[in-house]
Amino acid sequence: MKKDLLGIADLSPDEIYRILETAEAMREIGERPIKKVPTLRGKTVVNLFYEPSTRTRTSFEIAEKRLSADTLNIAVATSSVLKGETLADTALNIEAMAPDMIVLRHASSGACHLLSRICRSRIINAGDGMHEHPTQALLDAFTIRQHHPRIDNLKVAIVGDLLHSRVLRSNVLLLTKLGAEVWVSGPPTLMLPGIERLGVHATASVDEAVTDADVIMMLRIQQERMQGAFVPSLREYFNVFGMTAERVRRAKPGVIIMHPGPINRGVEIASDVADGPYSVILEQVANGVAVRMAVLYLLAGGVEEGD
Amino acid sequence: MPVVMDADRMKRTLARIAHEILERNRGIEDLALVGIRARGVPLARRLAAILRDINRQEVPTGALDITLYRDDLMRHAVGAQPVVRSTEIPFSIDDKRILLVDDVLYTGRTIRAALDALLEFGRPRSIQLIVLVDRGHRELPIKADYVGKNLPTSSSESVQVHLTEIDGRDEVEIQG
Repeated sequence: MKKDLLGIADLSPDEIYRILETAEAMREIGERPIKKVPTLRGKTVVNLFYEPSTRTRTSFEIAEKRLSADTLNIAVATSSVLKGETLADTALNIEAMAPDMIVLRHASSGACHLLSRICRSRIINAGDGMHEHPTQALLDAFTIRQHHPRIDNLKVAIVGDLLHSRVLRSNVLLLTKLGAEVWVSGPPTLMLPGIERLGVHATASVDEAVTDADVIMMLRIQQERMQGAFVPSLREYFNVFGMTAERVRRAKPGVIIMHPGPINRGVEIASDVADGPYSVILEQVANGVAVRMAVLYLLAGGVEEGD
Repeated sequence: MPVVMDADRMKRTLARIAHEILERNRGIEDLALVGIRARGVPLARRLAAILRDINRQEVPTGALDITLYRDDLMRHAVGAQPVVRSTEIPFSIDDKRILLVDDVLYTGRTIRAALDALLEFGRPRSIQLIVLVDRGHRELPIKADYVGKNLPTSSSESVQVHLTEIDGRDEVEIQG
């Protein structure tokens, strides 16, 4: 592994498989009566979150604790950031206290790359702006592999707010690296111009994207990142682009339906679909801990020669 | 590459260890085998098969990966982390007499890690250690209860155990 995990863009297919296979071994630790191994004893991990997060922050913290790391959470609402400190200054001050790793979530794309340049600590990207969310894509791939062991002959449809989604970007990079056929669809105002260049098929028709798909991944409508009217109304969005019970009925038998959370029930996904038999949304959450344990473990080692 | 144990010899060695297990434990009541990955696992399964043939009773068998308990993790600035494989112990070890199995006993550090890992799964009544080869050079106060072969070596040599399940042949050889 390289020093940091900034994005899927930096990973080779071999490294991706190594993380997924390590995560397979980590999953068993969560099933033990004592859910803890001594591996990262004496290591300090700082979770620095500049954006609200329940799932990702909790998942990282549980993963760190299961590996016996000392963890520290800095939520911006209670930090000196409110007094005007810049990200770089905050990072350098944290770094002065010699942590081993910093897990960063930030609203600006590229914030992790900035920290990577100025910090000795290992940096893990927990979501930067509209850029990447690598551990989400890794846990999605892990979840897909539990249902379809070979990713390279799957059709995966990703539907929703493509424009604002770092989850989309990381997933597209990962799935195309592993050879899947990826289709994306969403309203024209939320399409990502030029996305075909990443090797995916883009269509305005959700039904074309999801026909014969083995995996359907719904993305959240990110109202907090929208300035202006991207969709006429949430009800209309649901009718045209949402994952309705009717669409699930027409889908390929054995399809799995994924969502990175938090879900907007009745906006991008019908409530009874989210809770239905094809939904693997809570499996994704469960797998997140094992995948993050794998990333923490692999990054804690030496930097490999050549990197 | 001097071969110090061939397939036939290995077979008889494991049969002898199985009989020693029965003699010392007066039967297989409450016994369970746990192999240390990688090569302790097929050895544990073979011992389970021999014990089943003798006693017509199944001895529960598990696999233990000790990577996350190693004492040399993260001591190097260069190089990838060792590969972690899964631990599978599909039975409760509480109050069991555990037979821990590995291929080679050397510094004793692997066994130390294995004891730590195993004790997180419960409180066994006892743990006994089985190794195919004891090559000496202990760095920790650890001793095997059942030894296939004592093999005096120099620390510059390396002892390679090959097993059909992993390597396609049964053989122990000294290199270096």
